[in-house]
Amino acid sequence: MILASTLTTNLGILVLAGFIGFVVISKVPNTLHTPLMSGTNAIHGIVLLGGLLLLGLAGLDGLSKALLVIAVAFGTINVIGGFLVTDRMLEMFKSKPKAKDEEKDNAPKGAGS
Amino acid sequence: MSSLPLASTFLQSDDFIYVLYIIAFALFIQGLRGLAGPTTAVRGNRIAGVGMAIAVVATLLNKGEGNWGLIALGVALGTAVGIPAARQVKMTAMPQMVALFNGVGGGAVALISWVEFRHQGSTYGSRTLEVAHELPGGAVVGSGVAVHVGGVPTYVAIFSVFAAIVGSVSFWGSNIAFGKLQEIIPGRPISFGSAQQIVNLVLLVLALAAGVDLVAGAHSELLFIGMLVIAALLGNAVVLPIGGADMPVVISLLNAFTGLSAAATGVALNNPALIVAGMIVGASGTILTNLMAVAMNRSIPAIVAGGFGGGGAVAGAEGAGEHAGTVKSTSASDAAIQLAYASRVVIVPGYGMAVAQAQHAVRELTKELEKRGVEVSYAIHPVAGRMPGHMNVLLAEADVPYDQLKEMEDANPEFQRTDVSLVIGANDVTNPAAKNTPSSPIYGMPILEVNESRSVIVIKRSMNPGFAGIENELYYEPETSMLFGDAKSAVSEITSELEQL
Repeated sequence: MILASTLTTNLGILVLAGFIGFVVISKVPNTLHTPLMSGTNAIHGIVLLGGLLLLGLAGLDGLSKALLVIAVAFGTINVIGGFLVTDRMLEMFKSKPKAKDEEKDNAPKGAGS
Repeated sequence: MSSLPLASTFLQSDDFIYVLYIIAFALFIQGLRGLAGPTTAVRGNRIAGVGMAIAVVATLLNKGEGNWGLIALGVALGTAVGIPAARQVKMTAMPQMVALFNGVGGGAVALISWVEFRHQGSTYGSRTLEVAHELPGGAVVGSGVAVHVGGVPTYVAIFSVFAAIVGSVSFWGSNIAFGKLQEIIPGRPISFGSAQQIVNLVLLVLALAAGVDLVAGAHSELLFIGMLVIAALLGNAVVLPIGGADMPVVISLLNAFTGLSAAATGVALNNPALIVAGMIVGASGTILTNLMAVAMNRSIPAIVAGGFGGGGAVAGAEGAGEHAGTVKSTSASDAAIQLAYASRVVIVPGYGMAVAQAQHAVRELTKELEKRGVEVSYAIHPVAGRMPGHMNVLLAEADVPYDQLKEMEDANPEFQRTDVSLVIGANDVTNPAAKNTPSSPIYGMPILEVNESRSVIVIKRSMNPGFAGIENELYYEPETSMLFGDAKSAVSEITSELEQL
C-alpha cells in the first residue's frame, strides 16, 4: 500500500483536475463562450469554502474576523452572482420558435427549478 | 444535524465531508459538460450550482466550525449585493459584471491568504516543524487548516503566498477591467509609454522577492501587506495600458488566474474541493483565453505587454491615403429600399449594436424583412462585441432564433450569394486589410468577408476608426454605402421606412 504525503496526494488531484478542465472545455462551441466564462467564474467562487473554514475556527482576533467576513461576503457574491448571471444569459438561448419542439423537454425543467 | 451523537459524529467525519466534496466535483464536471451545448447549458449551470451548494454545506459540517453569527453576516452581505447585481445588470453590461464577480473572487483569495499568514506566518521557514504537521491528532483539524500548531510545511507557505499575489493581481486587474468597460476609466490605453514593461517587471520582481522572503521566514505582517500592495499595483499597471478591445481576453485571463489562486489556497488549506474546482477553472480559463486571443490574431504576451504598437497608426494613414474621398453615404429610406428588394440579407452585428442597445430594433427589422420574404441571417464574428458569444447573448435576448446565427466559418462562404450585408456597429472584424494588406497590424486576423457580397450597408456613428485604430478599407469599396447614426435609431428608421413601402 502506498501512503503518499498530503502534498503529493494534493498535487495528484491538482494535475488530474487540470486535465479535466482542458478536456471539458475544448468541446464548447464559440457561441457559448461568454456563458462559459461566466459559469467557470462562478465555480471559482469555491474560495468561499476557504473563508468559511477559517472563519469557523476559534482563536481569531478582531482583524482576522473582519478580513474573513469580507472574504466570505466576496466569495458569496462570486458564487451567487456568478450562477445567477450565467443562468440569465443561458435562459435567453431558449428561443421561442424552438420551444414548440422542446415542450416535453421544458416541462421537467420547469418542475425541477 | 441529528441529535443522536453517533449520527452527528458520522455527519461531521472527514470521510463523510470528503464524500460530499467528491459528489460536488462530479456535479461541477457534469455541469461544465452541459455548458457545451445550447440545449443542455441551462441545466449544466444549475447542476454546477447544486454542486456548489453541496460543497458549502459539507464545509459547514466541519467539526471545528464556529462563529456562526459572523459566517451568517458574511453570507448575508454577499447575498444582498450579489443577487440584485446579477438580476438587474443589463445584458449589454454583462462582460463588466463577469469582471466584477471575478475580481471579488480574487479579493477573497488574497484576504484568506492574509489571515492564514496572520496565524501561521510566524512559523514560515521553520522546516524542522514539518514533521509536526504529519503527526496524528496534531496539525490537521478536519479538512480545514491547522492554526494552533507549532509550524506548517514550507509548501503551505509557498502556495499561500502564491495565492495572495495572484489573488491581489486578479482583484485589482478585474476592477480596472470593470472600470474600463463601464467607462468609468477611459477605454484607451493608459501607460507609462516605453517604461511600462520595465515598471511591470520591477513590480513583479518586488512581489516575488517579498514572497520568497516571507516563505523563508521573514515574520513580518508589514512585509505581507506590502506584498499585497505591490501585487495590487501590478494588477493596475498590467491592465491600465490595455485597450478596450482586448478586455475580453484580459478578463478571461484573470478568470483563469483566480481559478489557479483558488487551487493554490486549496493546497495550502488541504481542501480538495478548492483544489479541484480552482484547477478546473484555471485550466479551462487558460484554454478559453487562448481561443479568444487566436480569434483576434493577438498573442497573450503581446496583449499583456500593453496596447497596439505604433505601427497601427502608420498603416492606417497609408490605407486612408489610398482610398481617400470615395466614401459613399446613404439614407435610411434608400437603405430600406435596398433591403426590401434583396432576396438574401446578412446582418453583421458588432459592439456598436451592443452600446446602442439596438438588438430589439434589429429583431424588428428582421421580422419586417421576413414578412416580405427576404431571407435574413446573422453572421457572428468570434470576437464581435466585447466577448466571444456576446452578440449571441444580446440577439438571444431579443428572441432571435438560435439557428439564424451563423458562425464565421459558416457565414463566409455565403457572402458571395448575399445581396445586402448590413453591418451594424462592427468595424475591425470586417476590415479586408486583414486579408489584403500585409503591413496592416491586423493582417492575418480572420474576418467576415462582407466585401464579397453584392452590396454593403454600414451603420456607424462616424468615420472614426475602431479600437484597433485602423481605417477600414471596406468603407471605401464601391459597393459599400455608409449610413451614419446611432445603431438603434438608424435601424428603427429603416424599419419604419420599410413599413411605409
